[in-house]
Amino acid sequence: MLKALQLEPEKCTGCLQCEMACSYENEGIFNPSKSRIKVFTFHEEGRFAPYTCTQCAEAWCLHACPVEAIVINPVTGSKDVLEDVCVGCKVCTIACPFGTVNYNADTGKVIKCDLCGGEPACASACPTQAITYVDADHTGLDRMRAHAAQTIPRN
Amino acid sequence: MNHVIIGAGPAGVVAAETLRKLVPEANVTLVGDEQEPPYSRMALPYYLVQQIAESGTYLRKSSDHFSRLNIDVRQDKVASINRKQQQVMLSSGGAVPYDKLLIATGSRPVSPRIPGMDLPGIYACWTLEDARNIAARSKPGAKVLLMGAGFIGCIILEALAKSGADLTVVEMEDRMVPRMMNDTAGGLIKAWCEEQGVHVHTSTKVTAIEKNGGSFSVTLNTGSTITADLIVSATGVHPNVDLLAGTGVETDDGILVNRNMQTNDPNIFAAGDVAQGRDFSTGEYSVQAIQPTAAEHAQLAARNMAGIVGAVHRGSVNMNVLDTLGLISSSFGLWMGAKDGQTSELLNRDRYRYLNLQFADDVLVGATSLGLTQHVGVLRGLIQSKTRLGVWKERLLEDPTRIMEAYLGSTQALGFNARIL
Amino acid sequence: MAWTRKILRVNLTKGTCVAEPLNMDWATKYLGQRGLASKYLAEEIDPACDALSPANNLIMATGPLTGTMASTGGRYSVITKSPLTGAIACSNSGGFIGNEIKNAGWDMIIFEGKSPKPVYLYLENDNATLCSADEIWGKSVWETDDILHTKYQDPLLRIAAVGRAAEQGCLYSAVVNDKHRAAGRSGVGTVMASKNLKAVAVRGTKGVGNIRDPQAFIRATVEGKRVLAENAMTGEGLGALGTQALMNVINEVGAMPTRNMREVQFEGASKISGEAMLEPRESDGKANLTTNGACFGCTIACGRISTIDPQHYTIADKPQYAGNSGGLEYEAAWALGSNTGVDDLDALTYANFLCNEDGYDPISFGATVSAAMELFQIGALTTKDTGGLELKFGSAEALTKAAELVAIGEGFGKDLGLGSKRLCDKYGHPELSMTVKGQEFPAYDPRGIQGMGLAYATSNRGACHLRGYTVSSEILGVPVKTDPFATEGKPELVKAFQDATAAVDSAGLCVFTTFAWTLEDIAPQVAAACEGNWTAESMVEAGERIWNLERKFNIDAGLTAADDTLPERLLKDAAKTGPAKGKVNELGKMLPQYYQIRGWTVDGVPTAETLARLSV
Repeated sequence: MLKALQLEPEKCTGCLQCEMACSYENEGIFNPSKSRIKVFTFHEEGRFAPYTCTQCAEAWCLHACPVEAIVINPVTGSKDVLEDVCVGCKVCTIACPFGTVNYNADTGKVIKCDLCGGEPACASACPTQAITYVDADHTGLDRMRAHAAQTIPRN
Repeated sequence: MNHVIIGAGPAGVVAAETLRKLVPEANVTLVGDEQEPPYSRMALPYYLVQQIAESGTYLRKSSDHFSRLNIDVRQDKVASINRKQQQVMLSSGGAVPYDKLLIATGSRPVSPRIPGMDLPGIYACWTLEDARNIAARSKPGAKVLLMGAGFIGCIILEALAKSGADLTVVEMEDRMVPRMMNDTAGGLIKAWCEEQGVHVHTSTKVTAIEKNGGSFSVTLNTGSTITADLIVSATGVHPNVDLLAGTGVETDDGILVNRNMQTNDPNIFAAGDVAQGRDFSTGEYSVQAIQPTAAEHAQLAARNMAGIVGAVHRGSVNMNVLDTLGLISSSFGLWMGAKDGQTSELLNRDRYRYLNLQFADDVLVGATSLGLTQHVGVLRGLIQSKTRLGVWKERLLEDPTRIMEAYLGSTQALGFNARIL
Repeated sequence: MAWTRKILRVNLTKGTCVAEPLNMDWATKYLGQRGLASKYLAEEIDPACDALSPANNLIMATGPLTGTMASTGGRYSVITKSPLTGAIACSNSGGFIGNEIKNAGWDMIIFEGKSPKPVYLYLENDNATLCSADEIWGKSVWETDDILHTKYQDPLLRIAAVGRAAEQGCLYSAVVNDKHRAAGRSGVGTVMASKNLKAVAVRGTKGVGNIRDPQAFIRATVEGKRVLAENAMTGEGLGALGTQALMNVINEVGAMPTRNMREVQFEGASKISGEAMLEPRESDGKANLTTNGACFGCTIACGRISTIDPQHYTIADKPQYAGNSGGLEYEAAWALGSNTGVDDLDALTYANFLCNEDGYDPISFGATVSAAMELFQIGALTTKDTGGLELKFGSAEALTKAAELVAIGEGFGKDLGLGSKRLCDKYGHPELSMTVKGQEFPAYDPRGIQGMGLAYATSNRGACHLRGYTVSSEILGVPVKTDPFATEGKPELVKAFQDATAAVDSAGLCVFTTFAWTLEDIAPQVAAACEGNWTAESMVEAGERIWNLERKFNIDAGLTAADDTLPERLLKDAAKTGPAKGKVNELGKMLPQYYQIRGWTVDGVPTAETLARLSV
């Protein structure tokens, strides 16, 4: 059974522990600007929304990559960037309709969520369970998935 | 069932792989005329600056990728297509029979008709072979002239400048990347390049090239003459449709296809740079020589070739991303604006930051950005999903940088869960 | 490590920004933030200087844990000489800018001199630029924030700014960051404005590394977060009710200063409490509180995010206040509410919004208004002085109008911007000013909590609850319960709290963690992050060192033991109701012993031996 990140914005307090955990896991340093998960603040509404790659079935980034630098992880189903193969052309960053592949100018490569190989650090760090790693057919995810599908109808 | 694909670029390869997945038992043949394994032109600039080895440009990395998938890759040139007998005739002799044929022959660079344009030592940066030649000659201190500052010119520009060459760029139109960027953005890119020491001449044409000893003497329409050790031509590309001459397969700029990527011959399909596919934003059919469109075309064509019903092309969003010496720019859809639409624009010349959003009603239809690297894909998402922005449109008119908030706030799953919708 | 080892020194007079190495010898003695910046300030300025002159410096400092995964590790402080008290000032703030400064690669920013023209600092990693503030001078903090965000096209730019109150010289102006977090007390914003420095806009993408022992650090911080999560206050109470959880508690124990501290219980407390903020209102069915929000890295998330009743008179024609913004914390609710006798929750929320919007301390503001109300009541102030404003206790209209005037420094707002002490002096009744060293009291009446009287009197920045929060022990029983009415043992208790708090404030952490954490919980986190042998004991010692450094600064600035006192009202007028009925604060019983255990002379001066022992 594949698992997926379930994001529940209604539980988020905007503390950014997830961003630190993510950057620490992936970059070895506490650096929210390099986090694969981002929390967005809705100031006027007084809301927070954590957001990252849904590992969508369409895999827009993967298909847009000209050099096969994005591959499907056979264990977790995540779409992983192979840093040594990525040339930094950024086509995936415009192809991903969810805006969850970002260019890292420091390395000249792109970064995206890879579920930390099956133990997502953001989920462990979240103090309010706004980010959980659950079975992929969990009901809360259906809405996100349905949304992903509805966003860009598959051709 | 024999599926034959002509052209081993991204469209051809993605189509072959998709077919293999959809119809495991069918024969899939991929015919490409270049020496190397299928490679990506997008990656050539990175090869030029030696960021990657030649193998780094290959579309698929494992050497047995195609044999493992039982895709028959032929390094050969197609001489002609025999529609009646449903055969592809190879230059080396022999024929490959097809039930379904995909034309994914891509495009090729075109040279302007200028005296001296055919001199040896003038290269397009189109093939790996070109790239090898350019890399060998673009050395620190070498005087390099780049003709054309369109998308492809600008991709190469970075590599040439990074090589340490003394680079001059000549662009016929009044701004850089004219088919991707508006005046403001194109002007900023020019200013940026000049700041980095690149000489940029817009609204300028090369009128003649002469060989002068080991170097070139290049005359411009402005009357001045410049000297160059190397000339790289990137003045435009044209779909490779020659193969279809006399076959009765209809072409315009590119090969005409319907929403199933099918030509007027129901057994022949086209995809990628050579196909005149549907544009998402305009609903018209045009050539979009970009990687994501090639991949979309290819998947669709493959599904239709495999007989899947309902695989209909809704159109590809025209979009591009460019890195000009560290200044990252992108444009999407109707970046030039829609009729009766509204514009939200934010400019900071000092920081080379620019954001321009185009709306029709409360839907985002186009966008241009400079200096934006985070969540930029959401611009595509909003355009292609035709998301109704509601109150967020007004907010974006006020501050277009809130694009990610607008996306999350106006899309059902997150917006609802965040109690914003 | 965990320090970036780099300081940005900005000379506003010359317009220069220069990087220099952090003095690591000082860092290992003073840790960071409050302690370390105080050391820099004490070494670099004349403590006797005019706080609003170019001779004063203003330091924005992070701690070693700022920007790390330690819970609440997002703090920064503003350290300068206070124009309100003449003493050393250190105001601590959360939000996100502390982390951003650290991520940009800086431990602290030292501002010197005065810019000839209004400027703001733009800091993007190594790139520091002083830019003309023409487009933002004269604007509120919120407008400034919006303008700079739009200008730089960067939603993640973090901004600290002063508002119009500071520009107009209000002596308790704050430096507000991230729109509704503030280095609020002692007029640090006034100093910033006096330097013609309008804002600091920061973007840092370098990250915070240099963790001494990363594995131990992650272990220690995970354990720390577990302790916070399992504690009733930090795990639940503060998230649900914020510091406003205290409103009803403190009112019941009879330590709720009311109507300029004449009374110790407020009959309207339940209407302005944290619980009241959860009650749906009639107009739109929504509660005042929308949700709780966290500062950077904080797993407690006590921040209040609130709206004002859309039908409330304050915002009837002001749609710009209709959205969510920083809601009432306990201190603000008390100062704006109980101390002025106003029990209109929406009026308080509105006044609180204005405090954030134009950057002034709601505690000092509320306390100054309440002093003005008392002056008004006895006839020392009239509507002639106030420009027609009927400053009556309990009048929400008077409160919100006063807030509007202070925000822009107009009319009677100028007088109110003087603070309680100078206002009462001006109108001939210094005895009505409820201040210590010129700074207004916070929300705990020292007649009902004896230790707090001593803590206030000896606080190095004037009356303040955050320099030694013995409420924790005397009322809440953390870490051990002591009798709030007893004076025995309080000097020791106050000293222990003061020293420990100085250490926490210097680490980059929030003092609210200490509802659950002791230094035994904090030291392992600091030790794993930083070089130097940090234990609970060495942190206490650093805290004591910092305390003495601050004390020495104040003495050099001209303060004496005579300033270690409380207003007569608290020493002589007994509490009228509640459990503390009949009690006054018995400071005189505690102060001499406090000096003694501090190792100070009977005149409250640190002895040479004490300073040597602590190597101040």
